[in-house]
Amino acid sequence: MAGMNMFLSGNEAVAAAVRLARPQVIAAYPITPQTTVIERLAEMVEDGSLASEYLHVESEHSALSACIGASAVGARTFTASSSQGLLYMAECMHYASGGRFPIVMMNANRSVALPWNIYGDQRDSLSLLDSGWIQAYAEDAQEAFDMLIQAFAVAEHPLVLTPAMVNLDGFALTHTYELVNVPDPSDVDAFLPRFTTANRMDPEHPVSLGFTAGPQHNQAFKQLQHLAMLASGQVIREAEERFGQRFGRSYPGLVETYRCEDAERVIVTLGSVAGTVRPVVDRLRSTGERVGLLRIRYMRPFPDGELRAALAGATSVGVLEKDISFGYEGTVFTNVNSAFARSGASPRNLLNFIGGLGGKDITPTDIENLFARLAAPEGLETVTFI
Amino acid sequence: MENRKERKITARNLDDREFFYGHKGCPGCGGSLAVRLALKVLGEKSFAVLPAGCMSAIGFVFPQMAFSCNAMISTFAGTASMLAGVAAGARALGLEGIHAVGFAGDGGTADIGLQALSGAIDRHDRIIYICYDNEAYMNTGVQKSSLTPTGARTTTSPVGNRLRGAVTPKKQMFEIVAAHGIDYAATASVGHPLDYLRKVEHASRVEGTSYIHVFAPCPVGWGHDSAETIEVAKAAVDCGLLYLAEYTGGGFILNHDPGEFSSIRDYLLGQGRFRHLGEEEIEAIVAQRDSRWQRIRREWRT
Ligand SMILES: Cc1ncc(C[n+]2csc(CCOP(=O)(O)OP(=O)(O)O)c2C)c(N)n1
Ligand code: SF4
Repeated sequence: MAGMNMFLSGNEAVAAAVRLARPQVIAAYPITPQTTVIERLAEMVEDGSLASEYLHVESEHSALSACIGASAVGARTFTASSSQGLLYMAECMHYASGGRFPIVMMNANRSVALPWNIYGDQRDSLSLLDSGWIQAYAEDAQEAFDMLIQAFAVAEHPLVLTPAMVNLDGFALTHTYELVNVPDPSDVDAFLPRFTTANRMDPEHPVSLGFTAGPQHNQAFKQLQHLAMLASGQVIREAEERFGQRFGRSYPGLVETYRCEDAERVIVTLGSVAGTVRPVVDRLRSTGERVGLLRIRYMRPFPDGELRAALAGATSVGVLEKDISFGYEGTVFTNVNSAFARSGASPRNLLNFIGGLGGKDITPTDIENLFARLAAPEGLETVTFI
Repeated sequence: MENRKERKITARNLDDREFFYGHKGCPGCGGSLAVRLALKVLGEKSFAVLPAGCMSAIGFVFPQMAFSCNAMISTFAGTASMLAGVAAGARALGLEGIHAVGFAGDGGTADIGLQALSGAIDRHDRIIYICYDNEAYMNTGVQKSSLTPTGARTTTSPVGNRLRGAVTPKKQMFEIVAAHGIDYAATASVGHPLDYLRKVEHASRVEGTSYIHVFAPCPVGWGHDSAETIEVAKAAVDCGLLYLAEYTGGGFILNHDPGEFSSIRDYLLGQGRFRHLGEEEIEAIVAQRDSRWQRIRREWRT
């Protein structure tokens, strides 16, 4: 494997990936636990190792608004945020996706006030699932690094032209140090050529962008957006394939399955907690229990086909997520449930486990308990807090 | 780089081409005049950014586009930040001789967009921000903004037994941006087009942030005849409620001193939005004007 192995935190891995992706404009605003990303980027711009325009904006709304402006003249752009900051961007998130501006953002998953809390859960990004952004969830720093570089390739693909958000669990991932392979710049340049787009304001061919479209035309634009998001699934798989060939690290598409082949009981989850589930699966497997893990890597586009295929043989599926749509169930669960409903063939038992809110620890013992509950689900509520 | 020498703009040499044309603005709309004239100075290499508001509502209804230069709608709050992004993107891509120019209403500037504007001025982004001031939220049906003058009737500052129109004074946007140490700021009126055009031309050469506050009557919201827009815009200067000034090199310059003011009473009572005002209320407005002008005449260069 070419490149260099470096000991990096999740945030530093993101910054290292951004440096190699060479965005022409970066605009961001600090918020824990995202801050070290934008600090590293500022240092890179200062020391000349990253030739970007770095805008010190006065808010997240302006950060994304500036990225939209820069993208509208054809620049590659990057921003990063978290939690309150992400919500402050919400208006601009719909704006960016509707305008088909392929901005890439890193989000450090963090709880949302009130009560104030700086620790990790996924209520911030999942509450914006409908904003039209591709949403990827990394499990470790290397994957975050690789997803970030792929995110530019996918977002900017002419069939996609959709902004992409790469999510890292706050602290658990953003601040944990791991060995990360950082490829040679020339290899990344070859994988990710300079951004070109027809969707831009051009002095030679003036256009109006971001216009008004009334009842007669609006839906057609929204439908195109939907089709582009659907198309991004295949583009993600192709990007991973190309990435694997060039960098020797291959990825499994929108979901990763772990020992699911003959599993009766499967935990479906996303993000860094998968790292807690995997050894529990191994331990239970060693005692003959047929359990597995399915990790959702992309919430949008949603991997409904992959999910159904991987879980076709399971009798009990538990969706573990750090999110709750108050008064109903977790958003990930809603999506998984709908994937099954579409095919008319749901597993006999489908349960929703809500955990990790505001950074509450999810331990291996908790996971063992969940597998135990999946073995005897009779009489259990659909949604339980762990 | 294009020729950056300051041109003296006159009615003769003003560009014949139209960059904002065929829009759905009301007859006599001062705001659309401000946009149209500025683009004649800035030309085809303009990247115009317009937030939610009348000018975007009348200019960009798919598929009927009224801009023949590059243009886009920003979020309501995001004029200055989107302009900053356009300017940064253009710089990064090596585009030369372009103008990132914004046209935002008074609400989009002094209320919801003030934070982003402040950020852009702070960074000295090379942008031209033009606020067309029609003194209320017009696009949503004439609601009060912080640039609505005291006493004006709007749909949210109604006139009844308890309220007499807007009760707050008009924010001094020109002085607010100047207090940032902005590279260039000016006030203008569509009733004084040559003065306005000169200021736009000057702004186009400033290596930093420019802010132009252009007074732009709205016949619909103000209750005057659509043929009177220019007269109203002139009268505001003549009666001293509006001053024509610049802030440059760290100092204020008064461009025009009417000397003897024309009647504020006539100015106010000529517009439906002020017609309810009584003598006492008008006297209070006169007193405010006088104290402002005392200060201006004392402190600003001419
Ligand atoms: C975030 C947000 N809040 C409110 C609105 C609704 N809105 C659209 S235009 C407008 C009024 C604009 O007023 P102003 O900036 O003064 O410009 P004008 O319409 O007078 O030209 C409002 C309130 C919006 N589009 N976005
Ligand atoms: S309502 Fe006023 S500002 Fe809006 S387009 Fe009509 S005249 Fe112009």
